[in-house]
Amino acid sequence: MIPAGFEYHRPADIASALSLLQTHGDEARVIAGGHSLIPMMKLRMADLSHLIDLQDIDGLKGITIAEDIVSIGAMTTQNELITNDELSRRIPILREAALLIADPQVRYVGTVGGNVANGDPGNDMPGLMQCLGAVYTLEGPDGSRAVAARDFYEAAYFTAREDEEILTQITIPVPSMSGYAYEKQKRKIGDYATAAAAVMVGGGNASVAMTNLSDTPIYSAEASDALAKGDVDGCVAAALDAIDPQEDMRGPIAFKKHVAEVILRRAIAKAQERAA
Amino acid sequence: MKDELTQDQRSANLKGMGSSRKRVEDVRFTQGKGRYVDDIKLDGMLFGDFVRSPYAHARVTSINTEAAMAIPGVVAVLTAKDLEPLGLHWMPTLAGDKQMVLADGKVLFQGQEVAYVIANDRYAAADGVEAVEVEYEELPVIVNPFEALKSNVVLREDLEGQTEGAHGPRKHHNHIFTWEQGDKEGTEKVLEEADVVAEEMVYYHRTHPCPLETCGCVASMDKVTGKLTLYGTFQAPHAIRTVVSLISGIAEHNIRVVSPDIGGGFGNKVGAYAGYVCSVVASIVTGKPVKWVEDRMENLMTTAFARDYWMQGKIAATKEGKITGLWCHTTADHGGFDACADPTKFPAGFMNICTGSYDIPTAYLAVDGVYTNKAPGGVSYRCSFRVTEAAYFIERMIEVLAIELNMDAAELRRINFIKSDQFPYQSALGWEYDSGDYHRAWDQALNAVGYKELREEQAQRIEDFKAGKTRKLIGIGLTHFTEIVGAGPVKNCDILGLGMFDSCEIRIHPTGSAIARLGTISQGQGHATTFAQIIASEIGLPADDITLEEGDTDTAPYGLGTYGSRSTPVAGAATAMAARKIRAKAQMIAAYLLEVHDDDVEWDVDRFSVKGAPERFKTMKEIAFAAYNQAIPGLEPGLEAVSYYDPPNMTYPFGAYICVMEIDVDTGEHEIRSFYALDDCGTRINPMIIDGQVHGGCTEGYAIAMGQEIAYDEMGNCKSATLMDFFLPTAWETPTYTTDFAVTPSPHHPIGAKGVGESPNVGSVPCFSNAVHDAFRPFGLVQSHMPHDHWRIWKIAKDLGLHS
Ligand SMILES: Cc1cc2nc3c(=O)[nH]c(=O)nc-3n(C[C@H](O)[C@H](O)[C@H](O)COP(=O)(O)OP(=O)(O)OC[C@H]3O[C@@H](n4cnc5c(N)ncnc54)[C@H](O)[C@@H]3O)c2cc1C
Repeated sequence: MIPAGFEYHRPADIASALSLLQTHGDEARVIAGGHSLIPMMKLRMADLSHLIDLQDIDGLKGITIAEDIVSIGAMTTQNELITNDELSRRIPILREAALLIADPQVRYVGTVGGNVANGDPGNDMPGLMQCLGAVYTLEGPDGSRAVAARDFYEAAYFTAREDEEILTQITIPVPSMSGYAYEKQKRKIGDYATAAAAVMVGGGNASVAMTNLSDTPIYSAEASDALAKGDVDGCVAAALDAIDPQEDMRGPIAFKKHVAEVILRRAIAKAQERAA
Repeated sequence: MKDELTQDQRSANLKGMGSSRKRVEDVRFTQGKGRYVDDIKLDGMLFGDFVRSPYAHARVTSINTEAAMAIPGVVAVLTAKDLEPLGLHWMPTLAGDKQMVLADGKVLFQGQEVAYVIANDRYAAADGVEAVEVEYEELPVIVNPFEALKSNVVLREDLEGQTEGAHGPRKHHNHIFTWEQGDKEGTEKVLEEADVVAEEMVYYHRTHPCPLETCGCVASMDKVTGKLTLYGTFQAPHAIRTVVSLISGIAEHNIRVVSPDIGGGFGNKVGAYAGYVCSVVASIVTGKPVKWVEDRMENLMTTAFARDYWMQGKIAATKEGKITGLWCHTTADHGGFDACADPTKFPAGFMNICTGSYDIPTAYLAVDGVYTNKAPGGVSYRCSFRVTEAAYFIERMIEVLAIELNMDAAELRRINFIKSDQFPYQSALGWEYDSGDYHRAWDQALNAVGYKELREEQAQRIEDFKAGKTRKLIGIGLTHFTEIVGAGPVKNCDILGLGMFDSCEIRIHPTGSAIARLGTISQGQGHATTFAQIIASEIGLPADDITLEEGDTDTAPYGLGTYGSRSTPVAGAATAMAARKIRAKAQMIAAYLLEVHDDDVEWDVDRFSVKGAPERFKTMKEIAFAAYNQAIPGLEPGLEAVSYYDPPNMTYPFGAYICVMEIDVDTGEHEIRSFYALDDCGTRINPMIIDGQVHGGCTEGYAIAMGQEIAYDEMGNCKSATLMDFFLPTAWETPTYTTDFAVTPSPHHPIGAKGVGESPNVGSVPCFSNAVHDAFRPFGLVQSHMPHDHWRIWKIAKDLGLHS
């Protein structure tokens, strides 16, 4: 559990960070809170010789709340999602989900940007961001571009982000739907989901995404449409159709599918109740 | 002279036995000021780290250390070839087997030690480990003990052709021993003739003690003095010294073993590990101190696991529920080497306590030990030598029998308890239970939880469930366990030939304070607190004025260490006996000072006073000063004593536990609504420490029953080597416990104490498990294996058709 040697860089602005990334190519990685990356380094599963720490870059921090859009800097901690009252008032599902991530120690340091950029199917934020229709801003050598969360995840640890890009910001349209729920079954505090579901519903709209049930988060347009029409069974059927869980210590595939259904139904019921 | 304090006040000031004195250790532990092995830093210290096998069974065809040696900071790389000339490439195990220190031609489990890299710092050592090139030729893997006994694959080629093992004949090349106890024919006859026989396979899965601090050591060979100092996480430092001397040939007086603060042991730190041997060799070779500390994955994957017992049981009874016989055949999976830590004559530990709290006239037990491609160990995870397995077995069999008889399991237990007037009780499998009052404890427990009302609530819930009003069931888990601890009488208990007595040495200082040293070693149990209390009560000096020291073999008297709840039953007895020797001398001194005959003074809390004239007395403090500074005819100066205590019998703590659990049939999740634990550990030295021990042990039991396991896939890959998958409950998951007690002193122990550290682990595992089973009993569940994690509970419900 001891990482191999590496160079540590701590740039003060995005431009320097980007140029370090360019210089060192795939030998380099950015580090945010380190709560996914450092374990991988200790297991010597992440092989890198340059670590670029983003914590001194001021522009990456903070939450801005406008009329119908919320912007979250990539280096905002998961804990800040919980403690920002205005944010919780506008998009309460963020706090509900953040409280189910890991434990307080991890959340004080782990960032929202790291959580969505990581690409681990176990992370809770990616499914949530898909449910909310969030957009990620990626800054690269050729400038910046926007990628929808729903288009970002390709496979486990593979995302639309290029090696030389940094995820700088997450923008979330303030949802018109007033019903929300994030439900997660886990074995203990600090565990990734056996199954988790993010549901938004209200005013004839709905959005449904699931976590840790495939090698990417699963947003299902079909399930969302069915739920928008009030067809719960149709929504559940579509969502279950879209997932592809794997067996692990949490249990066999049949169990995961079963739990996925139970959790999704609970999230729907709770969201519908809150919408009413 | 008149004393203003009453006897009670003087007694309270001592903070002796019965006082919930705060733990003196906690000041340093809660401030991060403990001194653990990894805190030890010696000048010029080097670090060792292991190359480990990724395969569970493979031939090692070559090891190339060239690239590793080229890494800056790497000093040396040891392989079996280097250890062979010293005869140290294999080491004896505590169970009479031998174990490879470094892979000698092949590996038998994933994570087995293959090479040992020595470097200037931890980082270089880890880089060195990465750079060692090992070529393997994979061999067929066996992870199932039943398959092992049928397979042509020979796991232990070194034993080929040996039909005799350390514990008798070997029936197959993957077989280790058969251990038989009790009356085979008699039991078979009872089974044949019984009204009712219930039969079940009860599996107690493989798990791990997982102490917060992993195993480690610092070996320091001083080439000038020829003295080896070995600091380590040892639960038995004196035994380690003797074993190191026997293995290495270094004279015992030239070895000093020190166990500093230990961050939990639970049996994991009883055994001898390759890391210790390699560090000692490395220090001898380099002439520098060498530190080795395993990481969490190494700890979970390679140092001593626990349990892994397949227990086939048959229990016979009359129609009315009186048990007439018990039969058990256990298949014990020991992994690649037999490294169990049991007294020599007990290759399956005290599994023969499996008749439990019940008066069972006839019984038979056979245990077959088997080699597989799993890590060795088989230590007693917070239990006295397989007592947990035994307790789980009998407490499950009772439940299975209750189903067969269609009886309430609480009532079935009551009918079969050994009665209080039957003690000392001779069990069918050879033990003499010292004392107990099971009926009283049982009634106290059932009343405390409102057992009748709970059953009514449960019946209502079942109706609601059937009517579709709820998806949650209630399980009521019952357990009455009897432990056997305090190993043990030297006549039948030894480890590697070392008798299992223990010791205490007390030295009173002239001003009336004291230091005591014991052969045991605390790993969190609070010895410095409780043993001072025993002395305080025995000799009348305040516990706060008594320093306790353990763990340094140069200063402490010889003892066999701390495990198997033996510290209080054995070293605690030695402490009382040594204190009594001091009091006997103090009596003579007091009589001299008071100018009366020895027999004319009597003991009074903290002093000797003249019989019939209590105003004439000498306090223990005064006596201590006189002992050193006054010439007393016929008496040597000084006031100290040592006692080596060979217990006449084991002690038999017991308890009644009841758990109420809510189970979500759909997700397999559970909630512990209440957990009641009544413990009878005889005389209670410190009730607060007992509560703490019960809380800790129950939490481990909860983990084991509800999720904790060391799991392997078919290739022998360990699937649970991190705390993500190995369930260690946080404060969040930990249930709230209600503790209670009864007191039935041990008749043969000087202060009547029986030991309590392990009772809660022994008792709570069947209690949690029985609650799960009980919830599904109305729907036809008879037996389902632990751990009862979400998916396994979901599977029970699914198989019973509760999901449609
Ligand atoms: C015990 C434990 C339990 C946990 N449980 C949960 C859980 O239940 N749910 C959950 O969602 N997570 C969980 N986590 C993960 C935690 O939330 C991490 O903090 C998070 O996954 C990563 O965020 P980070 O800031 O720590 O990123 P880091 O670990 O620093 O980085 C993770 C990856 O993302 C990349 N990265 C980080 N920031 C950026 C950026 N701005 N642009 C481009 N790439 C970037 C890094 O290069 C790295 O590859 C747990 C972690 C631990 C240790």
